[in-house]
Amino acid sequence: MSGSVMLGESSSWSRALVKISPYTFSAIGIAVAIGVSVLGAAWGIYITGSSLIGAAIKAPRITSKNLISVIFCEAVAIYGVIVAIILQTKLESVPASQIYAPESLRAGYAIFASGIIVGFANLVCGLCVGIIGSSCALSDAQNSSLFVKILVIEIFGSALGLFGVIVGIIMSAQASWPAKPV
Amino acid sequence: MYGFEAMTFNIHGGYLEAIVRGYRAGLLTAADYNNLCQCETLDDIKMHLSATEYGPYLQNEPSPLHTTTIVEKCTLKLVDEYKHMLCQATEPLSTFLEYITYGHMIDNVVLIVTGTLHERDVQELLEKCHPLGMFDSIATLAVAQNMRELYRLVLVDTPLAPYFSECITSEDLDDMNIEIMRNTLYKAYLEDFYKFCQKLGGATAEIMSDLLAFEADRRAVNITINSIGTELTRDDRRKLYSNFGLLYPYGHEELAVCEDIDQVRGVMEKYPPYQSIFSKLSYGESQMLDKAFYEEEFHYGVFFAYMRLREQEIRNLMWISECVAQNQKSRVHDSVVFIF
Repeated sequence: MSGSVMLGESSSWSRALVKISPYTFSAIGIAVAIGVSVLGAAWGIYITGSSLIGAAIKAPRITSKNLISVIFCEAVAIYGVIVAIILQTKLESVPASQIYAPESLRAGYAIFASGIIVGFANLVCGLCVGIIGSSCALSDAQNSSLFVKILVIEIFGSALGLFGVIVGIIMSAQASWPAKPV
Repeated sequence: MYGFEAMTFNIHGGYLEAIVRGYRAGLLTAADYNNLCQCETLDDIKMHLSATEYGPYLQNEPSPLHTTTIVEKCTLKLVDEYKHMLCQATEPLSTFLEYITYGHMIDNVVLIVTGTLHERDVQELLEKCHPLGMFDSIATLAVAQNMRELYRLVLVDTPLAPYFSECITSEDLDDMNIEIMRNTLYKAYLEDFYKFCQKLGGATAEIMSDLLAFEADRRAVNITINSIGTELTRDDRRKLYSNFGLLYPYGHEELAVCEDIDQVRGVMEKYPPYQSIFSKLSYGESQMLDKAFYEEEFHYGVFFAYMRLREQEIRNLMWISECVAQNQKSRVHDSVVFIF
């Protein structure tokens, strides 16, 4: 059944994969784009938030400045929302006869890949910014000259999410479904 | 390996770690110690301390201060901070924090038993106990006549119960046996703490094993030096050394046969980390170690290091107060260990 390969014929697993509707792949891509980005943002916010609250007990002056770390994490979730909205505008219906045409498959896979790129890039970016933000709060509480220096590190960290968004948008730009037959 | 705990440590430990780092900012600095060392009377000390974080605790003391009052109030501050952290902590951090106090419990138990042996009043002894090591039913320790009763009446309900399996005998308690009991209990406690930290894994296990190994080695050397010239046999001495640490097992073999301080020094010289500190066999190096363990983030070693640093600070304050009270200011710098 699954393991048997006949000469000249593709195995049934690859045939099964090709038979999955491109709509499924697109929908999963969109879901991952927003879902996993928000996971990354939330993870980052709780990491930085818990340290910020504790450190602010002895050094209340750090609270307003260090909210920047939380904002950087939040930006990651916003990237996910933007890309998910862009991706869902790319999703079009194709007539039933064309649904497994190579062009359709290509469009479906492009949207899927774009979603995964953005989702996972934002996941790690959110984590990164969260951990740095936590250290930033703790060091700022001890020595306020360190804040700006650690903020620079955070800015580099948040650029990671931006890379993911750029590549994801380029990927989805060429997701073109087959035109309806005249 | 470290690194991946940063992702989940803050769920339960983030707030408390931030608090303990805030407390660390309140430890006395070298400048504070310099000021304190130049004080002429205990009232000056009180005035200087009121500018530090100890202020609220010493404010309401009436004027003829005693050194014991200063030490008591500072210890009270440590206890308040500890209790605050303990009530906010979840497992396994709360168990970790409780482990830190078992050493004090052992000291309290030994204090009461020794005091009873010398016919002191129980209330007086209770006041001298360290507050971090108190537990309910501690007063009934005064009733016990030998170790078996001690265990059966009181200690079986405390966290110290599992440490007794190695040292229950039916002999009556006397000075020698009590010291042996103290050291045996402490050995069992250190090993238990070590195993607990190993189970926690990650950065906590690595860092705590260094700290506890140093503690174990320090006690081994102390036991050796203190038992030179007493009736403690070599086998008994070896039984009191813990089963981990840099000196285990070869160092322990050598230490067990030492008969005087020069031999001990000879043994220690084979272990490079301990060569330089051997001359000040006090708390100096452990403070450097404790301070270094504040550098890493996301592990429990900071809590242990903080408690130790605070205790050292209280010892410093006691030394300074005693020197001032007895007018021996030239000796102040002998024993004060600067932390920052």
